[in-house]
Amino acid sequence: MTYHFDFGWLIESLPVLLKGIRITVQLILIGAVFGVALGIACAWVRALGPKWLRPVVATYVELIRNTPFLIQLFFIFFGLPSLGIRMSELTAANLAMIVNLGAYSCEIIRAGIQATPRGQFEAGASLAMTPFQTFWYVVLVPALQRIWPALSSQIVIVMLGSAVVSQIAAEDLTFAANFIQSRNFRAFETYIVSTLIYLALAILLRQLLAGLGWMLFPRKASR
Amino acid sequence: MSLIAITEVKKRFGDNEVLKGISIDIAPGEVVAIIGRSGSGKSTLLRCINGLETIDEGSIVVAGAQFLPDEVHLKALRLKVGMIFQQFNLFPHLTAGGNVMLSQMVVKKVPKKDAEAVARKMLDRVGLAHKFDALPDELSGGQQQRVAIARALAMQPMALLCDEITSALDPELVAEVLAVVKELAAEGMTLVMVTHEMRFARDVCSRVVFMHQGRVHEIGAPEDVFANPRTPELRQFLGVQ
Amino acid sequence: MTEFSFWDILRNLLLAARWTVVLSLVSFIGGGIVGAALLFLRIGGRRGIQLLSRGYIQLFQGTPLLMQLFLAFFGLGLFGIDVPAWLAACVALVLWTAAFLAEIWRGCVESIAKGQWEASASLGMGYLQQMRYVILPQALKVAVPPTVGFSVQVVKGTALTSIIGFVELSKAGSIVTNATFQPFTVYGLVALIYFALCWPLSKSSQLLERKLNVAHRNH
Repeated sequence: MTYHFDFGWLIESLPVLLKGIRITVQLILIGAVFGVALGIACAWVRALGPKWLRPVVATYVELIRNTPFLIQLFFIFFGLPSLGIRMSELTAANLAMIVNLGAYSCEIIRAGIQATPRGQFEAGASLAMTPFQTFWYVVLVPALQRIWPALSSQIVIVMLGSAVVSQIAAEDLTFAANFIQSRNFRAFETYIVSTLIYLALAILLRQLLAGLGWMLFPRKASR
Repeated sequence: MSLIAITEVKKRFGDNEVLKGISIDIAPGEVVAIIGRSGSGKSTLLRCINGLETIDEGSIVVAGAQFLPDEVHLKALRLKVGMIFQQFNLFPHLTAGGNVMLSQMVVKKVPKKDAEAVARKMLDRVGLAHKFDALPDELSGGQQQRVAIARALAMQPMALLCDEITSALDPELVAEVLAVVKELAAEGMTLVMVTHEMRFARDVCSRVVFMHQGRVHEIGAPEDVFANPRTPELRQFLGVQ
Repeated sequence: MTEFSFWDILRNLLLAARWTVVLSLVSFIGGGIVGAALLFLRIGGRRGIQLLSRGYIQLFQGTPLLMQLFLAFFGLGLFGIDVPAWLAACVALVLWTAAFLAEIWRGCVESIAKGQWEASASLGMGYLQQMRYVILPQALKVAVPPTVGFSVQVVKGTALTSIIGFVELSKAGSIVTNATFQPFTVYGLVALIYFALCWPLSKSSQLLERKLNVAHRNH
């Protein structure tokens, strides 16, 4: 192979890359916070919420989990305006990620709730707590702790999946890479660099979530 | 000549030395009970004899087969000694008969027909001829353990290692397994067993090894060891003053 | 410009969906084969090879599939080949699927009790014999539900190949949208077709899992 790798463009493209990284990080932070919140709400509905709402949430979860994120994104960004709902590229990207993560985390958190021993609910009830109070104060935290690794993986998956928001011209890391390679004609090198940045972000995000779990959940004082 | 020669065996797990120089010679036809507290190293010693654990120093020789941690030597060693586990470890996807046949066919390349004949004979020997087609799930714990014994016997080992084989059984099922072991002993099979069944050890074994903190603390005929424990550790373990 | 009826749109999308199915099958089968090889290296090979296959899995699980597609598309081009989109799509999806399946299957192999390894070792079996006769028959049963479940990810993953220009269901969706200016209908239909492909797989994965759990509880 006579191909000569060239990374000389990297310096001058740094500002563009950094902006892309910023947007990607911003997307996943907002997506994770609201997505997991939506997931908790939906998991509550499916496990303990009003009966009439359960099939609605179930349908939402199944629809999202069985269609590609790219199509969800296109539907929100290109499809919804025909109903008069218009939004910016970034808002659409954020919304799509929240809706997507919400469905997945609903299923994950529900599994955590279902693994809760019956006695926990009964103990809560015997202390005169309402079902919601029992859920919120007794069941939720241990349930989240049980499924934290799975939830963390899903958040990382959503972050990696967010690369496609470049397709609606949200200016994330992939968008930046596409832009740079159209200027420097060094597509392979550009995508190698951005792939490595994604890898670093994924590792970082995983550490961050592990640290968060460590802070959030009670641990044995000594081992 | 001894069948199993264990010489100055040492074994460490990280910083923790669990075997601190063990030497025991076991003659053909002997039935040896290894007793001691949990953590005394008795199970580890047994697992070393079968090559399930590597040793750090010393040597283990079974009928001329030296313990070396490569697949050829391990296989030679394991063809000479069978092992019975506390948790039976039957293969759940195979019938009782299939369990007994598999290793004959795979390891010894015995034709299926012959392997089946041997399997039927061995299952008959442990009183389970009628359970040939039963899956492990469908058997009681005692029956499972007897299938495991038949499975090991089918490989025609020179010695059997029994690692607390009745500890996972309900009390009413212990007797049927011990009866099989007793019969094997009577037939002259060399047995090395880690056990908590002191009465069984006294009645059936030819020698008793008391292990304490990774060493052989006392060793001797069961009459001596149980009737005249010499060290305070053994006395305490046996609960006599 | 010709008028597109609802049925024209649906017909065009369904025709393109054939390629989604074909690509999914190729990726899944190819990924299964590569994944199986990877699994053996990951749990049985020498230490260096183990680390290498672990690195491979983490690399493909830790980077966006879209980037992998771009790299396949432009990377294969470096060898002087004129890379058609379908080839880059197949290569990237096979490699990506392999990484995930190898990891799923590793979990299944590791879920087999240690006693099974020890019992078969004590009977004199070598590594390949243990795998072939004792571990894999049990692990395969456990592996079916998550493997079927992952096939859903593969089907959805093929959507990304539209971005490098492979004309499957998603790309057809964009093309038809540009021709009809009915994004709501078109992307709605596209989503429903994906749903029709994926939902049966999801559901059967769940059912298989439940069946397996019931069988396990009877132990």
